[in-house]
Amino acid sequence: MNWVDRWGVTLTVFLPTLGVALMMLTPRAKDGLIKGLALLASAAALLTSLLVMARFDSSDPGMQFEVNVRWIPSIGANYHIGLDGIALPLFVLSAFMTFLCMVYSLWHLPEPYNPKAFLALCLLLETGMTGTFVALDLVLFFVFWEMVLVPMYFIIGLWGGPRRQYAAIKFFLYTLFGSVFMLLGFLALYFQSTPHTFDILALQRDGVLDVPVGIANLIFLGMGLGFAIKVPMWPFHTWLPDAHTEAPTVGSVLLAAVMLKMGTYGFLRISIPILPGPARTFAPLIGVLAAIAIIYGALNCLAQSDLKRLVAFSSVGHMGFVMLGIATMTASGFNAAVFGMVAHGIITGMLFFLAGSIHERYHTREIPELSGMSHQLPRMAGILAFCAIASLGLPGLAGFWGEVMALLSSYRPAPGLSTTIFRTLMVVGGIGTVLTAGYFLWMLQRVNMGRLSEKWKEKKLADVQPLEFASWIPLLLLVVLLGVYPRLVFDATNPASVRLTEALTAGSETATAGPPQVSIDLIGR
Amino acid sequence: MQIDLVAVLPELILTVALCGILTIDLFLPEGRRWLAMPLSVVGVAATLAAVINLAGGRHVTFGGMFVVDRFSVLFKVIFCVAALIVFLISHDYLKDDEIHQGEYYTLILSSLLGMLTIASSRDLILIFVALELISLPTFVLAGVRKSDVKSNEASLKFFLFGVLSTTVMLFGMSLIYGLTGSTNLTAISQALEAGSGLDQIAILSIFFIIVGFGFKVSIFPFQWWVPDTYEGSPVPIAAFLSVASKTAGFVGLFQVMFIAFGGLADVWRPFLGLLGVLTMTFGNLVALWQRHLIRLLAYSSIGQAGYILIPLGVASATNRDLNNEVFFASVAYLLIYAFMETGAFAAAIAFGRKGGGYLVSDYAGLFSRAPALALVMAIFLLSLAGMFPLAGWAAKFFVFKTLIDGQGVWLAVIMAINTVIALFYYAAVVKRMFFDEAEDSRVIKVPVPLAGALAATSAVVLVVGVLPDLFGQLARQSVPF
Repeated sequence: MNWVDRWGVTLTVFLPTLGVALMMLTPRAKDGLIKGLALLASAAALLTSLLVMARFDSSDPGMQFEVNVRWIPSIGANYHIGLDGIALPLFVLSAFMTFLCMVYSLWHLPEPYNPKAFLALCLLLETGMTGTFVALDLVLFFVFWEMVLVPMYFIIGLWGGPRRQYAAIKFFLYTLFGSVFMLLGFLALYFQSTPHTFDILALQRDGVLDVPVGIANLIFLGMGLGFAIKVPMWPFHTWLPDAHTEAPTVGSVLLAAVMLKMGTYGFLRISIPILPGPARTFAPLIGVLAAIAIIYGALNCLAQSDLKRLVAFSSVGHMGFVMLGIATMTASGFNAAVFGMVAHGIITGMLFFLAGSIHERYHTREIPELSGMSHQLPRMAGILAFCAIASLGLPGLAGFWGEVMALLSSYRPAPGLSTTIFRTLMVVGGIGTVLTAGYFLWMLQRVNMGRLSEKWKEKKLADVQPLEFASWIPLLLLVVLLGVYPRLVFDATNPASVRLTEALTAGSETATAGPPQVSIDLIGR
Repeated sequence: MQIDLVAVLPELILTVALCGILTIDLFLPEGRRWLAMPLSVVGVAATLAAVINLAGGRHVTFGGMFVVDRFSVLFKVIFCVAALIVFLISHDYLKDDEIHQGEYYTLILSSLLGMLTIASSRDLILIFVALELISLPTFVLAGVRKSDVKSNEASLKFFLFGVLSTTVMLFGMSLIYGLTGSTNLTAISQALEAGSGLDQIAILSIFFIIVGFGFKVSIFPFQWWVPDTYEGSPVPIAAFLSVASKTAGFVGLFQVMFIAFGGLADVWRPFLGLLGVLTMTFGNLVALWQRHLIRLLAYSSIGQAGYILIPLGVASATNRDLNNEVFFASVAYLLIYAFMETGAFAAAIAFGRKGGGYLVSDYAGLFSRAPALALVMAIFLLSLAGMFPLAGWAAKFFVFKTLIDGQGVWLAVIMAINTVIALFYYAAVVKRMFFDEAEDSRVIKVPVPLAGALAATSAVVLVVGVLPDLFGQLARQSVPF
């Protein structure tokens, strides 16, 4: 299986693009063929990503499957890709979610009906997403990062809800605004490094330590702006509710499940390892913003009457937990962050699927109007209850580990960070989990329970369809599996996270030297 | 004086073709006038072959006035290709519009002759002559639709502004001649270095020369003629002006600034940096309000001129490596710009020529009427906006990199903000094409020559977007100093 080592990652990234090329050559009228090609391309990408996962050595904290080829010599950019334990879960998640979206799309295609364009854009999106998680060159990273913008703009703008045009342009401009500053940060890194390089690993290794503190801080903030908008961190989140709510179901799923993670991943892959000093300086700020996001997201959710918008705002809160984990700068915090990303991807992706399917049946997402769903669509209601409970972080389901570990690691943040601040943040986050439980349970109470409204009594509504089951069951199983056996993710992430903290302490002059913290004994290591 | 005929062979071929076509046209019967176009294509193709034949070598002739090196060959190729594309997009446009074909094509050819010359000019007099040769035919071309008032206005405005600015430039050139006693760029540079260096008259002269080129390349505040002229001219001529003529202006500007005034970079650097900032900001802000696509493209091309110019804002009098970077970024941007801008104009003609209209609102629902045309238009617009995987991203990336390299962080930040502003109006057109309902359901047929031009330019934009080094290396190797 040597070819997997060399080509597996590249194939996963570009098989979807190949699928797009084939679809472009297919006449628009050949509907079935187009859908088949799209499904096949995403299945092939999923297969190669799983092969990569099977060959991944989780005891190795370094990069695996590295490929490094010259790409744009005139600016010193290379096609340098590779995976470590932090990237692998997200990489597989992207391929997995896109495949499920393709399965879902076999039946449910948003209006106006145009499978060729819609599926092609989704596949282009996949290339951008998987590419971002494997890029080890700043230019390559930037290119993949930008590549998701245009497809998502069209997906929202063409197939979205009533306010789609506003949402699409807002998403586009917001993200572009962030990414140009990210680009300036990248370029500054390039010129501050000796010898000049865009290589992320080289930048991590040699560091940019002799950069004046002020400049390093500015670079961190510039890149951080790009990442923070993508996450999104409070107060840069305002594009998210609109984009999520207006996007068609598959668009929301991919946006929530994968695209948001690009931002948090950027912190883990680029900002923190390359600029450990500024990362430590700004960690409390990031933590505070994360805590605000948790509370703010939860309070907003309490005020929402639109089911999809509620799920969208819940993302703000969940990503807050992820950022809180990152802000602690500890191995367990990083583990929690990656786990939180995966869990949020699966659970919130699932919730968006549900919101889409419910809207398709009722033609409304207004929570008050949906009351009594369990009488009419018992299976749908059951799955909704399951996902909502998973999302609020019930132990035994996937949502639990990311949140609780993020809170635990803020009890003891990395040496040099203020324990007072982070313990306060832990308390605030704890209050956030209560609020989260509150709004999800309240939502369930209003949607699932209660009396069936007169409007729906006469209507014959179909419960969960076979193709919906086909695309959902893998997700539901994963929610349980990750809940009871979190080591599935932690085993991969832990060595890489530990190495990341080692790099942090090694690169600091101020931090008191202490043993790197490895505190996931919690789960029996 | 020995004259190297091989070095001037392209120009000679083009001159022969130009005179030949003009003569042949006189004797063609009314129904055969279209022959001017294929004949011009043959003429330019032969010229192009002669240019490519010169690639790699270095020729200096006419006493150092005329130099053929990588830089000039690169741009001669670009000019020839641009002219060929303009011929392709003119073909069906002229059929619809009843314009005297013979004079139309020969005027383009004579302007092209000027462009070929300016790419090799290393002497102020030759640069001036070449610039005039470029400009005079375009004054006429802008007004070639004689019965159209807007076309008349376009021509007149263009002419008046053009003459004024050339006068100013000529004055600047005469000052520097008086100061240094030479019109040769290298000799001027040496004389300035030997002299006191910072002479008031030299500064004044640089200023005047920049004004002259500023008109040609439409940088703020010398851009007022651009929107009206582009709108009133035949659209293929607008494309020719915004691509070939603008590129020629930049080619002249780069040579004068770097070769003759390289040692005085400290004087002109802040000035050109400021002009770059003003140009892009003005172009992009005004473009936001445009409802006519050609005017929108005109303002967008002003914005783009700002991006091409701004690397000069970090040039250095002493640091040769940095100047190489600056030159590389501007030239690479110029190359990529030529293709995406021509493509955008070609797409506008493909849509507008059969009464499709040139208003942005006319583009509503184009995706449902002509998906392929909407797609290529979106490719060109999003490339101009700098989206991956289209060539425009690489162009912007090169410029950003150079700005950061030269400590021009503020220039980079302003350009970054401009990029976001510009996306707004490019995306607005894309939005019209893809998201809005079509009011008109007539199918749009794209004639073969236009489709060929669209296919060629969009292919270049896509391929260079993924492999920017195809142009990057060309630009890198072209540095003439």
